[in-house]
Amino acid sequence: MNNATTNRIKDNLLKYFGIVCTLSGLIVLAIFIIDILIDGVQRIDWEFMVSLPSRFPEKAGVLTAWTGTLWILFLTAIIAIPLGIAAGIYLEEYSKKGRLANLLEINIANLAGVPSIIYGILGLEIFVRRMNFGGSLLAGSFTLALLILPVIIVATREAVKAVPKTIKEASFALGATKWQTISRQVLPASASSIITGIILALSRAVGETAPLIVIGALAYVPFVAKTPMDEFTVLPMQIFNWVSRPQHGFIINAAAAIIVLLCFVFVMNGLAVYLRNRGQKKIQ
Amino acid sequence: MVLTVEAIAFFKEVSVIDFLTDTQWTPLFSEKHFGILPLLVGTFLTTFIAIMVAFPIGMGTAIYLSEYAPTSFRKTIKPLLELLAAVPTVVYGFFALMVVTPFLQKIIPSISGFNALSAGIVMGIMIFPFISSMSEDALHAVPKSLREAAYGMGSTRLQTVFKVTIPSASSGITASIILAVSRAIGETMIVTIAAGQMPGLTLNPLEPVQTITAYIVQVSSGDVPFGSLEHSTIFAAGISLFALTFILNSISFWINKKYQQQYE
Repeated sequence: MNNATTNRIKDNLLKYFGIVCTLSGLIVLAIFIIDILIDGVQRIDWEFMVSLPSRFPEKAGVLTAWTGTLWILFLTAIIAIPLGIAAGIYLEEYSKKGRLANLLEINIANLAGVPSIIYGILGLEIFVRRMNFGGSLLAGSFTLALLILPVIIVATREAVKAVPKTIKEASFALGATKWQTISRQVLPASASSIITGIILALSRAVGETAPLIVIGALAYVPFVAKTPMDEFTVLPMQIFNWVSRPQHGFIINAAAAIIVLLCFVFVMNGLAVYLRNRGQKKIQ
Repeated sequence: MVLTVEAIAFFKEVSVIDFLTDTQWTPLFSEKHFGILPLLVGTFLTTFIAIMVAFPIGMGTAIYLSEYAPTSFRKTIKPLLELLAAVPTVVYGFFALMVVTPFLQKIIPSISGFNALSAGIVMGIMIFPFISSMSEDALHAVPKSLREAAYGMGSTRLQTVFKVTIPSASSGITASIILAVSRAIGETMIVTIAAGQMPGLTLNPLEPVQTITAYIVQVSSGDVPFGSLEHSTIFAAGISLFALTFILNSISFWINKKYQQQYE
C-alpha cells in the first residue's frame, strides 16, 4: 500500500467519524423523544390537561402548570420586548462609538452567558424581597425578562446592523428625521430577524426552571392564577417536582408533562426557523 | 451588585480562608462547615465529564459539516442541532435519571442511583451543539485561498483540516470550548436531578456529588428561613459561580475579538 492510498483511507475514516458524530446527537434526541412518548403518551388526555395537581398520580393534571407557563410567557414578553428592542436600537443607531459603547457591548455579551440560576438569586433579592412581589407571577416574569433581555438586545443589534446602508441614506436624502428613518425603514426591514430572536429568547424562558425555584415558585398550586400577583407554577417546575418523587405514577406524569412542554418549545423554535428562512429569501 | 452586598454579610460571619480551604460543606447540619471545595470539586467533575463527551462529538460534527457535508445536508441538519440546544434542561435531567443511569447500571453494577457520570454525559450531549456550531463558524471563516493552496499541494481533506484549517481557526475553536465549559459550570437542573445532593470531596464519577448550582436549588426549595446564615450561603455560592463564569466568558470574548481582527 503506498502513501497516497493510506492518506485517502484516513481521509475517508475522518469523513465517517464526522458523520457518526453528527448523527449521534440526532439519534440521542430521537431515542429520547421516543422514550418519553412511550412513557407519557398514554397519560395525555383531556382529563390530564384540565386537572389540578394532586397527591395521587392518577388524578394529577397540569392545568395550573400550563396556564402558569402561558401567564409567564405573556408577562415576560410585554416586559422584555420593548426594553430589549429599545436598547438594541439605541446601542446601534444613537450611542456614540467609543470606550463606553465598547464596555457596554462586552458587558451585554457577558450577561448573556451568566448562568440562569444567578438571575434567580438576583430576582430573589430585588423583586421578591426589596420590591415585595413575593413568589408571584410578576416576580417570576421580571426575573425571566432580565434573563432574556441580553439575548433580545443582541438579536436586535444584529438585525439592525444587517439593514443595508443605502436604504437609510435614501431615507435621509428624502428629508426624513432619524426617528422617521428608524421607524419606517430600519424596523420594518429588520422585523423578521428581530422577531426570530425574540421567539428563541422566549422559548428559552419557557424552559427555565432554576431561577424560578430560587425565587420561590411553588410546585403545588391548587388554583389557576388570575392576577399577576398570584402565586404560580410552570411546566418545568411541575416536571422537576414529579421527577423528584419516588412513586412510579409521578414519573409517568412527568413524561406526559414533558411532552406538553416540548410541544411549546418545538412549536416556538419551528416558527423561528420558518421566519428566518422566509427573511433570508426576501433579502436574496 | 446585590450579590456582593449579601455575600459580604456572609463573609462577616465566616472567614474567607475557611470558605476556600475547609474540606466539608455542611451548612444545613448542626455542626456547620463552610468549605466550598466539595462543591467546586463536584462542579469540576461533572463539567470535565461533559467536556470529554462534548468535545470529540462537537469537533467531529463541526469538521464534517464545514469540510465534507454537501450544502443541502448542512441546511437540514443545522436547525435540528439547534433544536437539541433548545430542549429545556429539566427535560435533560429526566433523561439522565430515567434513561442514562439505568443503562449505566447495567454496565457498571456498583454505580449509585445518583452519580456524576450520568449527569456529566447528558450535560455533554446538551452542550455539544454549542461547540459544534461555534467551531463550524470558525472553520467556515478560514479563507478559501488557504484551503485551496493546501489542495494544490496535493493534500487530502484530512491533512488540510488538521494542518491548515484547524490551526487557523484555533482561536475561534478555543473560544467555543471555553464558552461550553462556562455553560456546563452554570448548568443547574441536570445535576440537581441526576447527580444527587451530597457534597463529598470525591473525584470518583460513580458516586453522587453536589455542584454549586445544585446546592443553591436545594437551599431555595427547602424551608431555610430568609436572612439566616444558612440562607446567605446561597449568595456566597452564587458569587463564586458568577466569578467563575464571568472570567471564562471574558476570556472567550477576548479571544474571539482578537481573532476577528486577524482576518479583517
